[in-house]
Amino acid sequence: MRRPKIFYGQLFFTLIVCAFLIVPAILSALAGVTENFFVGLKSGFTFRWIIEVWELYSETIYLSLLIAVFCLIINLFIGVLAAYSLARIGGRTARIVEEIIVLPVAIPGLAIALALIIMYGGFRDFRTSWLFILVGHVLYTLPFMVRSVLAVLTSTNFKILEEGAASLGAPFWHRFINVVLPNAKPGILAGSLMVITLSVGEFNLTWMLHTPMTKTLPVGLADSYASMRLEVASAYTLVFFVMIVPLLIAMQLLANSKRQTKNLIQDEDAH
Amino acid sequence: MIRREYPRYFLLILPAAIIFTTFFFVPMTRLAVVGATGDEGVASYLSIIQTPRHFESMVATVLLSIGVTAFALVISTIAGLFLVRNRFRGSETLVSLLTFPLAFPGVVIGFMIILLAGRQGLIGSISNYLIGYKVVLAYSMWGLFLGYLYFSIPRVILTIMAAAEKLDPALEEAAQSLGASSWEVIVDVILPALKPGLIASGAICFATSMGAFGTAFTLATNIDVLPMTIYTEFTLNANFAGAASLSIILGIITWIALLLARSLSGSTVAASG
Repeated sequence: MRRPKIFYGQLFFTLIVCAFLIVPAILSALAGVTENFFVGLKSGFTFRWIIEVWELYSETIYLSLLIAVFCLIINLFIGVLAAYSLARIGGRTARIVEEIIVLPVAIPGLAIALALIIMYGGFRDFRTSWLFILVGHVLYTLPFMVRSVLAVLTSTNFKILEEGAASLGAPFWHRFINVVLPNAKPGILAGSLMVITLSVGEFNLTWMLHTPMTKTLPVGLADSYASMRLEVASAYTLVFFVMIVPLLIAMQLLANSKRQTKNLIQDEDAH
Repeated sequence: MIRREYPRYFLLILPAAIIFTTFFFVPMTRLAVVGATGDEGVASYLSIIQTPRHFESMVATVLLSIGVTAFALVISTIAGLFLVRNRFRGSETLVSLLTFPLAFPGVVIGFMIILLAGRQGLIGSISNYLIGYKVVLAYSMWGLFLGYLYFSIPRVILTIMAAAEKLDPALEEAAQSLGASSWEVIVDVILPALKPGLIASGAICFATSMGAFGTAFTLATNIDVLPMTIYTEFTLNANFAGAASLSIILGIITWIALLLARSLSGSTVAASG
């Protein structure tokens, strides 16, 4: 098929936009493994910047992972339960509660962090521990878990299934574990990936909440951008990409498979 | 039938409610109260108009956000429509690449702009080669503009593509068969159908730009956007009341914008510039 001229015009435009987004990321990855970025690639390939990053900043990577894991555990507990209740309660009440839960995403992280510091900054042990950052991350990620699980639950017929199980005499926790959770699984999975990705990358809240003893990966990144040579900052960014890109790819694969099953269902409806 | 078990549902939502009340409602209320403890009480909230530094920062942030939103909408509509309309080899990859920066924190986006347009950046090297001097955009209003565009485009493209997928091609064909030019089809058929999606993604983009802190922080430009002003008031000037009242005002602005977006599209993508 011959494509009209406008096709190539639009393709060119889209490629430019794509380059604007991707070229800096590639530059950063290259700079992280180049001996001297100013001289260019011909100065040689090296791992020394990555090793230097590891020596300087490995603590921040561990802390970010620790916080992300705890954030996920808390979300799995309070978020999934909350989403189930909202799916059950339904109607106006559920919509209002959902609207409230989304507030910490709608309000800039800086404002929430200020509020937390003004309120709880006086409790020194709490203020200086990583739990202070965890609190912020839980607030910020909870909406994503709740909405992701809620969306899946409202699109399935879990209520009928649950009632079937109840009529057969299954007590509540049995129904919850054997009927509700399996039905909510795709939502829980998507929500979990999102919670980890967001927690590992969170900066706006974390920058205000951190102390010199509790630096996360993005805080370390900001630090290296301000005070380290370009190669070290790039190598550090590369480490961050290596952590975050598999999560992103997993999320896209999950979204694609969901779309495919949806299309499949629609096709069957059409027949 | 299970009898309606409301008490149980409220019990199950309780852990989330307790955490929310303790760490969100109570502190935010306190923040709003602290905002009113300036020299002039509740009137301190007017400092955003009366203090020239705050007012300038507010105007600069709003103008920047509007400009970024307009550009992001135009760019994303062209690219998004193109990608929805045309399936070709590699189009899926293009979509993946365009949405790839969604999870980048604002600080990383700032660094991307430094690599693109900073002192050792790509644009500088190219301009040095072509016209003999380095064009450095990163640390001015242009740097902020590029950075905000960087985190806005993926979000806006996603929303516009979702809206465009729902368009009925039959409407366009009908318009064409009735003799409408392709320009008329775009203006009279496609854009009106996309309108809710455009307004929703524009509102998301505006809210994200207003609250973006990480990007501005990394670029450390001489233009004070509102989040940077709040940060400086709090950390350098120890003006807690001022920082608190500005944060509350900023929070209300972004919240209203996102409320508008949700009422139109039903979903919003994370805002974290």
